[in-house]
Amino acid sequence: MLSVKENMIVEFSADLLKQFSEVVSRYPEGKQKSALLPILHIVQAEYGWLSVDAMEKVALFLNIQPIEVFEVATFYTMFLLQPSGKYLLEVCRTGPCCLVGAEKIMDHLEQKLGVKEGEVTPDGLFAWRGVECLAACGFGPVLQIGPSYTFYENLTVESVDQLISDLTNKSKNEA
Amino acid sequence: MGRKLLLEHINVPGINTLAVYREKGGYRAVEKALKSMSPEDVVEEVKKSGLRGRGGAGFPTGMKWSFLAKPEGVPRYLVCNGDESEPGTFKDRYLMTYIPHALIEGMIVSSYALGANTSYIYIRGEMMPQIRIMEKAIEEAKAAGYLGKNILGTGYDLEIYVQPGGGAYICGEETALLESLEGKRGNPRIKPPFPAVAGLYNCPTVVNNVESIAATVPIVNDGGEEYAKIGIERSTGTKLISASGNLVKPGVYEIEMGLPVEEFIYSDEYCGGIANGKRLKAVVAGGSSVPILPANLITHTINGNPRLMTYESLADGGFVSGTAMGSGGFIAFDEDQCIVRNTYNYTRFYRHESCGQCSPCREGTGWMEKILYKIEHGHGSMEDVDLLWEIQRKIEGNTICPLGDAAAWPVAAAIRHFRDEFEWHILHPQEAQQRNYGLAHYADPLVPVTE
Repeated sequence: MLSVKENMIVEFSADLLKQFSEVVSRYPEGKQKSALLPILHIVQAEYGWLSVDAMEKVALFLNIQPIEVFEVATFYTMFLLQPSGKYLLEVCRTGPCCLVGAEKIMDHLEQKLGVKEGEVTPDGLFAWRGVECLAACGFGPVLQIGPSYTFYENLTVESVDQLISDLTNKSKNEA
Repeated sequence: MGRKLLLEHINVPGINTLAVYREKGGYRAVEKALKSMSPEDVVEEVKKSGLRGRGGAGFPTGMKWSFLAKPEGVPRYLVCNGDESEPGTFKDRYLMTYIPHALIEGMIVSSYALGANTSYIYIRGEMMPQIRIMEKAIEEAKAAGYLGKNILGTGYDLEIYVQPGGGAYICGEETALLESLEGKRGNPRIKPPFPAVAGLYNCPTVVNNVESIAATVPIVNDGGEEYAKIGIERSTGTKLISASGNLVKPGVYEIEMGLPVEEFIYSDEYCGGIANGKRLKAVVAGGSSVPILPANLITHTINGNPRLMTYESLADGGFVSGTAMGSGGFIAFDEDQCIVRNTYNYTRFYRHESCGQCSPCREGTGWMEKILYKIEHGHGSMEDVDLLWEIQRKIEGNTICPLGDAAAWPVAAAIRHFRDEFEWHILHPQEAQQRNYGLAHYADPLVPVTE
């Protein structure tokens, strides 16, 4: 759902605009709308989510209607329409991963982070959600973390704990 | 040891770089095709090879290519389908991660055969690392003169671009993929017109799976006839199988078509048997949408013949006692797994991924999910099983794209082969919460069919 309560006014930097133009150059003249998905990924990587204002500005850039951006952003599940935690842990919850314990990993995350699926921890650092098949079935359970979408495979309760403490430390060092 | 055509050098250090890939004989197919063959020759070799689409449908690739319309002055496109979202399938991710130049080389050869000067590789958005790998490989190939203007001085021009998806299963369907590539929602188009006539930007387009495109490299190198010597009947060449679930060694294996299923599951060269010393209960042989089979029917056909990894043998017995090769996503279930829970899980997946265009799929998948949730959580009734059967029957064949069928088949097969497990959930709701139905008669040898 589009968030109307929360909005984030953005201004695309010259570097971002350059990246946008590079993407547009991949398609024939007049087919710049094809650049929409790649550009939304770039915007989300920059700001963490897609605000209505950001999407309207993408529409302006591509010379298309804002609704054409909204309908795409709401269709594809990778696009976040609300702000989330700094690290959004997306656990695969589809068949093959469940055969090897994905449900246990999600239960553990809920308990360890103390937040329900989709919610953000009070420090704003973590959120988690179940997502559908990530094409890593042979190495399950798996989770991914955007915006680089690094995969963590063959998860165990211990390796998840380790990952969370690593990310917490990493974030402290960055601050 | 079976022959390996795609993964032969997968363990060579640095095979992901152009230099090592070329040392191992890479880009020979580009030299050969562009310098000594006409585009028609390449199409002819692919036809002779008997290569069938590796994405799931199994349609002959050479024939698909020959349908491509060639009107004057209109660009043609090759689009590589790297959406790979069928649960149980992860071979394309593996191929792109470890040997990206195999795909680039296949893309160049295939684009040349089709007369395309711009080609796109559509990769699902979650595979951002693979997208970066492919972009780097394209840069390397371009620097080496295999891409760009006047490739190897032959006058042929080609640019390849990578396009990320957004996390939608439906975009693996070729017309939905094209919609997505045009920057729209992934709603499948009504066919005809087929992409071969009006595809990307309304121009003639071929959409092929990653593995199909990579397979054109050995076909050009050694000739289509040589490729067709591997395999049985109309299942030629090698196939990448993604093995997952309760196996000792899950992973991606390249097999020669015709390998017995039993050998694939139990031999140490492949999956090495069922993990933790358990027994095999069931297998989904070709990605989540193909019918699930109990252990006795996956290793042997209803007539008692060993079942082989070929399009024909896996489909032996139709949907009554057989399954399908699909995308090669081989999911094994041990005796501790619950079929009802798994069917509920798959149905939730299809409800989540339905694009919502066609009512039977949009409404039917959600309805089936609710019923299955009810049964799994001990609130089901016997009528629910019949209702499930009715709903899946009314979805199948009544939608624009095959997602409806893909959602219906797993439910139908689960009821067909494991009905007593559904009934046990209904009759013993308390017990079903605490333990699993187990193997029961599913592991018993099949009773031979007698007159």
